Amino acid sequence: MLDTSARFDRLPNAVGVGYKPQHFNALRADPGPVDWVEIHAENYMGDGGRPLAQLAALSEEFAISVHGVGLSIGGEAPLDTAHLVRLKKLCDWIKPASFSEHLAWSTHDSAFLNDLLPLPYTPETLARVADHINQVQDVLGRQMLLENPSSYLTFAESNLSETDFLSELTHRTTCGLLLDVNNVFISATNLGIDAQSYIDAFPTDKVGELHVGGHDEDHDDHGAPLLIDSHGKPVTDPVWTLLDYTLAQTGPAPVLVEWDNDVPDWPTLKAEAARAALALTL
Amino acid sequence: MSDQATFRAGLLDPAVAAPTGLLDGNAQEAGKRYDVYRNNVTVSLTEAMTSAFPLVAQLIGEKNFPRLARSFVRSHPPASPLMMHYGVEFPDFIKRFEPLAHIGYLPDAARLDLAMRRSYHAADTPPFDPAGFQTLSPNDLLDARLTLAPSSVILRSDWPLFDIWAYNQNSGAGKPRSASQEVLITRQAFDPAPHLLPSGAGLWLERLAAGAPFGIAHDAAVAAVPDFDLGASLGLALATGAFAVLNHKDLI
Repeated sequence: MLDTSARFDRLPNAVGVGYKPQHFNALRADPGPVDWVEIHAENYMGDGGRPLAQLAALSEEFAISVHGVGLSIGGEAPLDTAHLVRLKKLCDWIKPASFSEHLAWSTHDSAFLNDLLPLPYTPETLARVADHINQVQDVLGRQMLLENPSSYLTFAESNLSETDFLSELTHRTTCGLLLDVNNVFISATNLGIDAQSYIDAFPTDKVGELHVGGHDEDHDDHGAPLLIDSHGKPVTDPVWTLLDYTLAQTGPAPVLVEWDNDVPDWPTLKAEAARAALALTL
Repeated sequence: MSDQATFRAGLLDPAVAAPTGLLDGNAQEAGKRYDVYRNNVTVSLTEAMTSAFPLVAQLIGEKNFPRLARSFVRSHPPASPLMMHYGVEFPDFIKRFEPLAHIGYLPDAARLDLAMRRSYHAADTPPFDPAGFQTLSPNDLLDARLTLAPSSVILRSDWPLFDIWAYNQNSGAGKPRSASQEVLITRQAFDPAPHLLPSGAGLWLERLAAGAPFGIAHDAAVAAVPDFDLGASLGLALATGAFAVLNHKDLI
């Protein structure tokens, strides 16, 4: 397999996009403001063929962020060590500028549910997630970033705030954080909290990457707004505004535009990236 | 039950009520907010099945396929985060699925979809070097073994599986013949393609893939199909990139 030297030891404070194979040629011919791309780790765990060839080619031109969606770091069960080994193999090969995963679980009793499921915030879950992050960082031999979730509900048993939970994890594990601004907006709307206050309470000095993306709008049983993290639309104006507010606190940071469903043509996604680039210059 | 066992119980079973202890922002029961997770799990897995089984989806139509897929994902959630391997039980599931029992070839169509995906993600190999076919003596060639490329997959069907695939790519290909067919899937560069094998070639390739020497594999094919055409079979396998290595102690 191609030996890719580690040309980037961190993501640039510039704009990236979630990589979609249908953009392979257009992205390379006309990247616009895009300096880096993020891939979903699990899509590049085959033995060969087009996915790995495309990733090798991309890594020649862009810094790569490997973003896991299947590790189930918030799971009650021990981490899947076979999956950790696959992640290590991928990271050792492509030498990404960043590795990130989610504060969520997706596997239970060996069933993988293909979604990011929520967990209560308690001293017990904090200890478990910290252990899992330490294990990941030990195996990979690098720091990881942990992403805040989008929430549709809370747990009656939670007795820590999400920002305190994440902050404490950075102390117990030396992990960094991936702050998804769209997720903050979704959770704040869905749970009736103030999005800016959430950012104010967030340990922004630990942020290694920001995400923005689109969401859908629905309503709950009481007619209250219920936003769904769909990644299938343009970023909304309030989320761009919240990105500006966040960047004012973090300073320049890598910003990713995510568009995973109903993926548009490259010029449309590039225009979203350009808007994110503008936010970085303000 | 653990917390996550409780949360997981209803995700793929609409008959299970939402767990208790889940709240909205005003400390009221979360109600349909839990359904967001039910919906995410079911829809994302169903959509994964739709892209993973394009031939089956085309054969039964975009109205019927999601119903079939939903029934499958509820009883067979993925066993691994590697969604590229999801659905290996689907052919057997279809075989036992009463409402579609009249479409006898559907399980084999699912096997073809699985095989195409397996080929797509298989390891890369350097181009096959056929020089040994010239340099080895006929007797040495009988002892030689052929390694198939990891992206090569052999499917033996009781149905006209190749014709069914071809007709669904392009209806100009003509209606499927009434015959059983053997299909070889190979991948040159990045895109797997099915090829119709001459009679007996499926068995021949399976024997070669299992490590049988060239001569023994040929004998097995002739025993099963007396007019087995070695020239045509070898020609197709070479032209489509089915082989990785010709192995013999006299070849370096």
